[in-house]
Amino acid sequence: MGTESDIKLINEDGTRIDGRTAEELRPIKIETNVLNRADGSALIEWGGNKILAAVYGPREAYPKHTQDINRAIVKCKYNMAAFSVDERKRPGPDRRSIEISKVVSEALTAAIMVEKFPRAQVDVFIEVLQADAGTRIAGLTAASVAVAAAGIPMRDFVVGCTAGKVEGKIVLDLCKEEDNFGEADLPVAVMSNSGKVVLMQMDGSLSLDEFNQATEMIVRATKVINQIQRDALSAKYAASMEGGE
Amino acid sequence: MRLPWKEGSKVPRDELGVLSEIKKGYILRQLKEGKRNDGRELNAIREATVQTGFVTRAPGSAMVQLGKTRVLAGVKIELGTPFADTPNQGVLTTNVELLPMAFPTFESGPPNENSIEYARVVDRGIRESKMIDLKKLVVTPGEKVWIVFIDIDVLDYDGNLIDACNLAAVSALKTAVIPGAAQGLEDIPLPVTCTPIAVTFVKIDEFLVPDPDLEEEQASDGRITVTTTEDGNLRAMQKGAGGAFTFDEIREAISMSFNLGKELREKYFR
Amino acid sequence: MQESMLLSKNKGIVLPGDSVDLEGLKSRNGIYKSGENEYRSEFFGVVQVGEEFVDVVSFAGTYMPRRGDKVVGKIIEIGPSMWIVDINSPYTSLLHINDCPWRVSSGDLKRFMKPGDYVYAKIMSMNEIKESWITLKDVGLRKLEGGSVISIPPPKVPRIIGKGGSMVNMIKDSTQTRIMVGQNGHIWVDGAPENISVAVEAIRLVETEAHTTGLTDRVAEFLKSRKGETVGN
Repeated sequence: MGTESDIKLINEDGTRIDGRTAEELRPIKIETNVLNRADGSALIEWGGNKILAAVYGPREAYPKHTQDINRAIVKCKYNMAAFSVDERKRPGPDRRSIEISKVVSEALTAAIMVEKFPRAQVDVFIEVLQADAGTRIAGLTAASVAVAAAGIPMRDFVVGCTAGKVEGKIVLDLCKEEDNFGEADLPVAVMSNSGKVVLMQMDGSLSLDEFNQATEMIVRATKVINQIQRDALSAKYAASMEGGE
Repeated sequence: MRLPWKEGSKVPRDELGVLSEIKKGYILRQLKEGKRNDGRELNAIREATVQTGFVTRAPGSAMVQLGKTRVLAGVKIELGTPFADTPNQGVLTTNVELLPMAFPTFESGPPNENSIEYARVVDRGIRESKMIDLKKLVVTPGEKVWIVFIDIDVLDYDGNLIDACNLAAVSALKTAVIPGAAQGLEDIPLPVTCTPIAVTFVKIDEFLVPDPDLEEEQASDGRITVTTTEDGNLRAMQKGAGGAFTFDEIREAISMSFNLGKELREKYFR
Repeated sequence: MQESMLLSKNKGIVLPGDSVDLEGLKSRNGIYKSGENEYRSEFFGVVQVGEEFVDVVSFAGTYMPRRGDKVVGKIIEIGPSMWIVDINSPYTSLLHINDCPWRVSSGDLKRFMKPGDYVYAKIMSMNEIKESWITLKDVGLRKLEGGSVISIPPPKVPRIIGKGGSMVNMIKDSTQTRIMVGQNGHIWVDGAPENISVAVEAIRLVETEAHTTGLTDRVAEFLKSRKGETVGN
């Protein structure tokens, strides 16, 4: 985790470098079906992150030898645009993005009813247009909205948040400086109804108490974020639904 | 900030591969009635929206929607060494990524021949028009110059990527700022001299139409792109996608490109 | 089934995993059992409570073949004795030469239908790994020629058809077009070009407002307002 720095990440009054309190999220906004071509899509703006998630499928898995006769495979591709970070990123996958793609695929596989679609594949594309710490969780949070918008059956909904340790203090939703110079980073995604964990990674240093504190914060935050997901999906339908038929 | 995403009907799934004979016949029947596939006039281009500054972290960026085609151009400007044969010039590179989210059959991986062709056609228009004054990008002759990276993400594909990418790249460059302050120099606007506009046509039967949508591209036999500048000069041309054109047709494309280029400049770059 | 769904009551929007109150009725489409007396939604959609059943109707989604469904499919490949047909589903379907109306000998399929051609066909059979076979041997089934084909999300097909075919018939009559609606969301429309345009616009209107009330009246009004643009009336 982070390198030593002279930057003061926690202010005298306990607030953070960007003025937030320990358990305060950055602003989050989600918009659904922003793309015409994809079966489902979502744009998430989370702090300075701008991330597009798009879903295709289920469609017949290709190449054929990758097909599973019992279930659909979920293939996620996480990618950062060349201009998404301060120093231009060379286009194409690197080891970090390949690992993120894998854990995000696995998180979504847990929620999607893959057994309904033998031999098929669900493609999830996450494109980071602008990065500002926490891109994998923001991407996954948008991706589960895109999967639902695509009309793919799921047993539960996926929502995530990050917590970490900064100057000895457990804080929610790390910003860029905290991500770079903090002491621990804990991205977690859960299923919103069952509460089960579908993605978790950690690096840095945490005691068990700190871990418990961090995960409690994350669980509380996912309730808030799930509501944002819910509102984003139903916004355009809710108004025209009044009265029922 | 309200994003320029437009809600529309999904593009039908059946139009991914072979364009059906039924659809081809329909497009041609429409053209004979003086209408395009999507109902516009024969020589009209689709409505475009341009939003500059979409990626605030990049020194220049533009989200462009042309019909249902959507691309995002980001410009990065970094210090580097000049090419040995042009020690007194900055460097310009253009790259197009056909993201798999944009179309069911686009695959991730290294650039394929299509994305390389599109990037090179866009690059030629910008380079040959001398839109960016590369001589002004020198910090220390022979040693240190500004490198301008134009990266274009294709997000949603419904035909005519070249014109959408050109419009996005030019819009992004026009708003780009050289981040000199971070290097102990000064932040200055990227030195831009003109506005190259690419207009692409396809030939469907005997019709030559600008700004084709995807179905028109699939129904066409031949594509031609003409890039012009406001001084009335041609700056780049590219014939692509099979088929053959008569010189009369090419002259027709050139004169239409001048007119449409003027129209676009007035609309988006006043 | 479609009709009973249309007569049912909308009980709000749910997300996947949300619990669904069955109100003592039986669960049917889009709902799974997650525990003793506990039912949850599979989709982002609307809960519809009918007289006997509760469904969750998704706002989007793919077509899953069912025996007996009529579909509009596109030939995408040719084998030695069968056509491979895209039925707007994760899975392609097969049409064997014995199930078409012509005498086709093996290896001579292209003369009858080639990639890009459309058929109006019926799902004849399918197996548990979703392989399906279609047939052209039944009343009204055939190769489609001329016209135009558009696509809508398959969950919205019941609204396009309407109660007892009322919606599609209204569009057909008003625009003087022939329309075949596949359960798979592909719709074939034939007629004069300007009539097709109006019919397609009407279908798009139903598609975008499929979940709203008073839709039939709005479509009727739309068709009336566009009457001047069609020919043959």
